[in-house]
Amino acid sequence: MSMINYAAREINCKIVYYGPGLGGKTTNLEHIYGKVKPDTRGKLISLATETERTLFFDFLPVDLGTIRGFNTRFHLYTVPGQVYYNASRKLILKNVDGIVFVADSQVERMEANLESMQNLYDNMAEYGYDLTRMPFVVQYNKRDLPNAAPTEELQAALNPGWEPAEPAKARVTPDPYHAGQNLVDQHSSGVWIERVPYFEAVAVGGDGVFDTLKAVSKLVLKALA
Amino acid sequence: MTNPGAANWSFDEEDLNALTRTVSRFLSETGAHSALIADRSGQLVATIGRPLSFDPMVFATLTAADFSANDQLARLIGETDFTTLFHQGEKESMYVADVARRLILVTLFDNHTPIGLVRLKMKPVVEELTVHLDRAYIRARESGSTQPNILAGAGEEIDELFNW
Repeated sequence: MSMINYAAREINCKIVYYGPGLGGKTTNLEHIYGKVKPDTRGKLISLATETERTLFFDFLPVDLGTIRGFNTRFHLYTVPGQVYYNASRKLILKNVDGIVFVADSQVERMEANLESMQNLYDNMAEYGYDLTRMPFVVQYNKRDLPNAAPTEELQAALNPGWEPAEPAKARVTPDPYHAGQNLVDQHSSGVWIERVPYFEAVAVGGDGVFDTLKAVSKLVLKALA
Repeated sequence: MTNPGAANWSFDEEDLNALTRTVSRFLSETGAHSALIADRSGQLVATIGRPLSFDPMVFATLTAADFSANDQLARLIGETDFTTLFHQGEKESMYVADVARRLILVTLFDNHTPIGLVRLKMKPVVEELTVHLDRAYIRARESGSTQPNILAGAGEEIDELFNW
């Protein structure tokens, strides 16, 4: 739920990084924290266990600039990825404006990715949110590992697309982030399919982290415009 | 395009002044030194009273999380929610109250302020804040929106913002 504070001239939006355990959600936030200027971000708060697994959430507020005299402040949250923390995960999704799904590219983690994606759909649906109509991007992390699955396989499994919600969107729309690919395309059967933007990343080194953040933040602001 | 998942909302100067006035009076009546208003998703709305020595944004987020976690605990024991929470420290304590399930009012006080007084005065303050909020909502509904959409047609500006 974005909140516009006219008195303070601020637009506040909430972005949640979702995905399976040990997939790199916290690493994304740590990289952002380390790279943005200290005067444009707050503290990185981690509610973690003693072994540094996220227990409740990580939180990082960042200012991404000014539009029409209003400061745009993004509140970045991660959820605990471990399966048994679902009650916490669901709480964090409340009033979310945009979602980043951080998938673990390793072949062995495919099932965990699918389970987490299903869990995301289910939790969103319980709040009455329609994930397919929200600002949503997918990040394939750990692309540097030798056992990383090809992006085509990950796309087919995690971002297979759905029928565009509005008939007006049923036209070929190029993917601005991948030349030669389309976000909205027509299958040979005649059915139109819409996918969400995806990014390849190596979050420990920072590759793809800001591309992902920029894309989801832009979608959130465009949803308000 | 609007986000179908969440209702957006906004505060104008008048709303904020009304909330601040009510809470300032409550602080002077109880002797509590500071208060903070956050919305239920953890976004900071205002701080009132003595300047805070910590990051209020982080405080707002953790308070909302605290409140949400306690809501779930309430449900497990058969309650719909807990409308107030009290955290007592050796010198500093905090009293947290729900306002119309939209906002959270956090009152910070030291051991010179009796908790009973905070609790006693809190109820009418929450009622008054609810009246302010309802008024803002009614105005928003009647005018169709609280404010003109400041981002309407700002597509290019948004593109430029991310040109880094």
